Amino acid sequence: MTAAAQTSGVLPRSDKAHARSGVRRVLLTREMGIIALLVIVVIVSIATVPNFENKLTLTYLLRDSAPILFIALPMTLVIVTEEIDLSVASVVGLSSVMVGVLTSHGWGFGPAAIVALLIGILCGAVNGFLVTVVGLPSLAVTIGTLALYRGIAVGLLGTTAITTFPKTWTNLAKANIEGTPIPWVMIPFAVFAVVFIVLLHFTPFGRGLFAIGLSKSAAAFSGVNVGRSKFIAFVLSGFVSAFAGIYFTLLYSNARGDNATGMELQVIAAVLLGGVSIFGGRGALHGVIAGVLLIGVLGSALRLAGITADTITIVTGLLLIVSVVAAAVVPRWRKVRRART
Amino acid sequence: MSTQTATPHLVQRTRRSPLARLFAARETGIALALLIVIVVATAQNPKFLFSPDGWRDLLLTPSIMLLIAVGSAIVIVTRNVDLSVGSVVGLSAYMTGRLFIDFPGIPIVLVFLAGLVFGGLLGLVNGVLVSWAKVPALVITLGTMYVYRGINITWTGSSRINASDLPHDFQALGTGSFLGIPYLTIISVLVMVVAGLYLRTRRSGRELYAIGSDPDAAHLYGLRVSRRVIGAFVTSGALAGLAGVVYTARYVTVASQAGNGWELQAIGAAVIGGVAISGGVGTVWGAAIGAYLLMTINRALPVVGINDFWQRAVVGLLIIGAIILDRVLAVRRAKALAALREESA
Repeated sequence: MTAAAQTSGVLPRSDKAHARSGVRRVLLTREMGIIALLVIVVIVSIATVPNFENKLTLTYLLRDSAPILFIALPMTLVIVTEEIDLSVASVVGLSSVMVGVLTSHGWGFGPAAIVALLIGILCGAVNGFLVTVVGLPSLAVTIGTLALYRGIAVGLLGTTAITTFPKTWTNLAKANIEGTPIPWVMIPFAVFAVVFIVLLHFTPFGRGLFAIGLSKSAAAFSGVNVGRSKFIAFVLSGFVSAFAGIYFTLLYSNARGDNATGMELQVIAAVLLGGVSIFGGRGALHGVIAGVLLIGVLGSALRLAGITADTITIVTGLLLIVSVVAAAVVPRWRKVRRART
Repeated sequence: MSTQTATPHLVQRTRRSPLARLFAARETGIALALLIVIVVATAQNPKFLFSPDGWRDLLLTPSIMLLIAVGSAIVIVTRNVDLSVGSVVGLSAYMTGRLFIDFPGIPIVLVFLAGLVFGGLLGLVNGVLVSWAKVPALVITLGTMYVYRGINITWTGSSRINASDLPHDFQALGTGSFLGIPYLTIISVLVMVVAGLYLRTRRSGRELYAIGSDPDAAHLYGLRVSRRVIGAFVTSGALAGLAGVVYTARYVTVASQAGNGWELQAIGAAVIGGVAISGGVGTVWGAAIGAYLLMTINRALPVVGINDFWQRAVVGLLIIGAIILDRVLAVRRAKALAALREESA
């Protein structure tokens, strides 16, 4: 290693990471690690957990993970810019309540859903405005709007719940794609996923988000509109959360003010597990989707194996800690080892 | 030289009379808001303040959140955050009950001590992970929040602590008072005063502010950043552990979800009280008053005729209002300092 560095003195980039071939660079990423872990967990579960291979398992897994899958997409955009959005679960609750209240007042489901989506966009815009225009830290802002949006949702409905929705819609939320065990909701999710992957990884806007996360001032000097980009990320977060809220309402035929309470931390845990850096500037959506699925698969496998929900909570927490600690410590440890040789 | 003439001028500007300083303090504003809430609620229903139950609830209800908010404030000052406190409260509350069941006749002082030590150990785990792995506290404590809560649910199972499990003396501690002030409130206020004086006067307390203002500079300056940050997390954990014991004394029933979601309320209380989420600014008095305001509004809303379902919305508006206010004040202060510099140049 030292000899190589001396001979190739013209090339300052003699670091191993840059010397890797293209294939190795793709395979040895954090995202691939999570995907590999997901595959291993699935294989082990199929081999050892009774009934895991049952088609119903997949159906329920995808159905219940769907809200987190949806919200994890814009959450990644937000975290990549080194911001955070803690209000997403409250937007889910608010959108759920809006749909419930409007349909119970005789509105059609379609118009009610559109109003709920618009309110989601408004919620995101309020967050975005406070963070980008007023210049407040997003952690504090969204702790505030977490309480505010949830408070409006609970205030509108109190402890009552609205449970009657048009059968066609609730059936659609529960239905599978003809002849497969895959819930129908995966089609809109696939569309959203493709849009977000293109947006984050293949457009100047997405590259700008990464640049903002790495260095705000450098991004601004290279012509990235920092404020506008962050604002859009927050608006997308509100919009997708509201969409997830509508789905949540239909899936459980239940509009309540406290729907999805605490989901914000589940989403963030999944996003971070998927390899997105909380410092911003690093992460990829395939890793995030694998992260959400990993938590979902572990949950349903443990449940089927007769292990209770609390153990799943512990596993989720440990997984998150181990993955981020390993990601932080291993490179440092490698550097020390390389320095010794 | 110009700086020489400027220095006394600067000193004059910063050394104001104690009274003027009191009026200018960020905490005074929030205390005033608390006072207004109490006055308005009492005007609507005198029982809010002038009845034995009203007076007791007014003092007692915020005392648990106050402890957690003080701990959170200490961590936030160092530019970290502790999301695990709610789970620590739950664990410690259940442990309190278990101690009384498994060791009949255990001295109450020992139980309080056990809560402090146990919470401190849980905080130590957070602190060591944060400063050793150099992973943001938000991520680590999000993880430990789940782990601690999971351990709690496993431990508790479907059982719960009931009043019949607790000794009479301990229950009396939850309901009793000294000179009209509930014991639990006295404990919380004492802890707050000690923590406040420590942050204000001790060298290591001031170092927490230096670390929060600029961790890299603090490190270069030679401050033992890791040790201080770990200390902050241990304190936060210990106070949450203490809050768990107080929780059991106050409510005498503990299920596995005790303290669930309190972490964000505690951070909210600190922010309302003027603790900057970006570190280096704020006091535990502020956080304590913020916690008091938060819990008192909860009780005042139904009294003034607003359905208490709206409580969280009001709290949200308060948090947002508080950070906007802090921002405005910070901008104004920066402008004043710049003007002062130009004046003296």
